[in-house]
Amino acid sequence: MKKVFIAFRNVSFRYGEEYPWALKNISFEIFSDEWIAIIGHNGSGKSTIAKLINGLLLPQEGEIIVDGMPVNEETIWDIRKSVGMVFQNPDNQFVGTTVRDDVAFGLENRGIAREEMIQRINDSLDAVGMTDYILHEPHRLSGGQKQRVAIASILAISPEVIILDEATAMLDPKGRHEIMNTVNEVKNKHHLALVAITHDLNEITQADRVIVMSEGEVWLESNPRDVFSRKEELQQIGLDIPFIAKLADDLSSIGVPIKNQPLNHEELLIELWKYHSKM
Amino acid sequence: MEISFKNVDYTYQPNTPFEHKAIRNLSFKVASGTFVAIVGHTGSGKSTVIQHLNGLLTPTYGEVSIGDYKLTPEKKIKNIKDLRKRVGVVFQYPEHQLFEETIEKDIAFGPKNFGANEEAIKERIIEVMQSVNLPEQLLTRSPFDLSGGQMRRAAIAGVLAVDPEVLVLDEPTAGLDPRGQRDMMEMFYRLHHSKKLTTFLVTHSMEDALEYADHVIVLDKGTKFMEGKPSEVFLRQKELNEVQLDIPEVIKILFKVKEKLGISLSYKGQSTYDLACELKAALGGGSTNE
Repeated sequence: MKKVFIAFRNVSFRYGEEYPWALKNISFEIFSDEWIAIIGHNGSGKSTIAKLINGLLLPQEGEIIVDGMPVNEETIWDIRKSVGMVFQNPDNQFVGTTVRDDVAFGLENRGIAREEMIQRINDSLDAVGMTDYILHEPHRLSGGQKQRVAIASILAISPEVIILDEATAMLDPKGRHEIMNTVNEVKNKHHLALVAITHDLNEITQADRVIVMSEGEVWLESNPRDVFSRKEELQQIGLDIPFIAKLADDLSSIGVPIKNQPLNHEELLIELWKYHSKM
Repeated sequence: MEISFKNVDYTYQPNTPFEHKAIRNLSFKVASGTFVAIVGHTGSGKSTVIQHLNGLLTPTYGEVSIGDYKLTPEKKIKNIKDLRKRVGVVFQYPEHQLFEETIEKDIAFGPKNFGANEEAIKERIIEVMQSVNLPEQLLTRSPFDLSGGQMRRAAIAGVLAVDPEVLVLDEPTAGLDPRGQRDMMEMFYRLHHSKKLTTFLVTHSMEDALEYADHVIVLDKGTKFMEGKPSEVFLRQKELNEVQLDIPEVIKILFKVKEKLGISLSYKGQSTYDLACELKAALGGGSTNE
């Protein structure tokens, strides 16, 4: 059953009275089980949204509902049980001296019994493929491994949504790929919602829906295919489309029919093949 | 400045249980005025290499030459301050190093340290603000009032203010939005040419290495895996995949077009639009041969 898990209703936020509005009257819904990508130029309000979802910030105007509860000072502790966040810099989120201790931290805070704690640590490390590193020091791992441990720590508290706030930005291409694969597997297995805030254009192609932010407002809500068919508009607001979409765009501008906006190499090749076989 | 590495090793914490050889037997030579990209996955030794360029590290074995300066394990370099004036390093997330009350003071910090006089510093500040495309009005503002992209530009202005001959860039576009990334790279490319710099770019973006560099050095496990012109190096997909690197999208699609459609096009730095035209012509012409 598709249900609304996060709802923003006419939300406005600013960091102080003398500051401009970082978010201006924004409304949107995110369903449980959905993969949402949030993109936008630097300063468009993306990260502010993430911090509002789990009550790290509270809005001056409007209402945010998470898991049926309005986000406010009374509910944030309950809400944080169902919202897990992974931030950009993996080094800033470790507290334990071993991978195991680090994953245990969130569980200890919640007073989980030892037996169950051990089970959850093992399960969550297994889910991200880090079981072999259980006694390693977190800060000696590679960037991709660190982010996987950060995800395991979050999985252990069994959230209903995971928010990735530019969680792959500091990783190399292989690390990015690993994390997105891990996240995808975890999402499908545990039926989580995923909110990925990102600048990585190729990461967006995997999302069910994209929310495009500009100047603190929701500029567009659509699927990746539709988003990438709007090259000029996106470029005007400081964004861009992936190389494949650009090539498809240029091909179509010189009369090669591209019917379905391709999201990857395979889809573009199919379009090229169709054109080729008709000639 | 001409820069060369001759059989360089660098070992962290030698003779301890934590001993780690980050670079081994690394040799390369780069002519003055070259735009060099250094690529390699995490832990391949990229950061260790660039820390030799301004003498933050000296080799455990071998010799590093930066113009007339020689870094060897035997002796301490005497005029290290002069070397650091001539080699400007923009570290990752340079905006984290801003610390002064105003942008003006922050930019002035470097040249002041290197003994420039007030007049000269004033002139430099105006010039570098233009170089990084920041409006002069921002000079009296606190660096912490700026947006992320502007903060980074202000930090880079501080490096440029010292008027280096070699510019070392460690992942300079990380965390910026797509337009910010493009603007930043265009800025470095422009500076490289107008100031006749020798530029080292450490990057995870094979696209940027292909687009901006004259020469690419691929590192793996602390040693040189290959080097050459980007348009030639990036054709070696199999080998690059072995060291966990990918090739630029444009070359990848050309390979796939060849494999699936039997059409052979080569990459010569053409724009996406020109590539689209070549593809169209090749695909359209295909029917007559079949």
